[in-house]
Amino acid sequence: MTTSASDRPEAGVDRKLLDILVCPITKGPLEFDASRQELISRGAKLAYPIRDGIPIMLPEEARKLG
Amino acid sequence: MSSPQAPKLFDRALLAARQRRARALGPATFLLDRVAEEMAERLHAVLRDFSAAADIATPGDELRAALQDRLGEVAAIDLGADERLPLAEGAIDLAVSALALQFVNDLPGVLAQIRRALKPDGLLLAVLTGGDTLTELRHAFATAESELDGGVSPRVAPAADLRDLGALLQRAGFALPVTDVDRIVVRYDNALALMQDLRRMGATNVLVERRRTPLRRATLLRMVEIYGERFADPDGRIRATFELVWLSAWSPHESQQQPLKPGSAKASLADAVKRMMPK
Repeated sequence: MTTSASDRPEAGVDRKLLDILVCPITKGPLEFDASRQELISRGAKLAYPIRDGIPIMLPEEARKLG
Repeated sequence: MSSPQAPKLFDRALLAARQRRARALGPATFLLDRVAEEMAERLHAVLRDFSAAADIATPGDELRAALQDRLGEVAAIDLGADERLPLAEGAIDLAVSALALQFVNDLPGVLAQIRRALKPDGLLLAVLTGGDTLTELRHAFATAESELDGGVSPRVAPAADLRDLGALLQRAGFALPVTDVDRIVVRYDNALALMQDLRRMGATNVLVERRRTPLRRATLLRMVEIYGERFADPDGRIRATFELVWLSAWSPHESQQQPLKPGSAKASLADAVKRMMPK
């Protein structure tokens, strides 16, 4: 990986990646939770994990939000 | 989005497990390496700068590594069991995919999702395995099973026909679709070595309708024998065919070549024919 620091102000995730991703179920926007390293879809009530800087955008891997 | 009536051919959860196992075994990447190299060449011929590229469901990192010189970071996008693309509308200007779309249950649905994720004049460049892939293995298994098990079970996946793919791309809203086929023959000591490689490619049977009972040893050995008898070169090594279907298509844009409106012709066909006739 040669991504420069300026490309990734959001600890561990590429900014460009956050701009293009949506929730695969609702196609709605995602919120980045830096402390938990998750991408939150309010519409689907799911939190998608980010592992080693890679968002895992799979409903079957996501944490359900109560 | 997967339409509810689309038949499920592939067990995608099992495919993910097979691909994880392949990575753990030490993956066989010769096919992926080869298509990654060719995709880099094909992209090289496209005189265009891409600013946001996504890799749709390609197993491994080899493709993104091969394209990094040209594209920089390519976002790795997984399709998951439900085949839903987590990409915003018009988010990307290039989608690439290698050796993944042959395992998709709803190919028209996935193509339509890719098309929506592309900006106008964005490019899809993909390669998937076609229907003649592993034709020798399919034949040897079918013969061995009908001899010993009294019936044939589906072992090698059905594949999209090349002619269907162009139409499929157009129906998904793409412009200027182009498809072509590349055939690769790989040689192995025997069919067991081929099957070992398929396991390390994560490419063994993931059909929903696969036979759930384990493959019997006698059937496997008969298959290996038939394969050796019918598909070996004079030196005894066997041949395995991989058919690679390449497709490229653009999301529509007004700058692309368009069909003319009927009646807008500026030259008369009759004159043109007259000029071609010998005097």
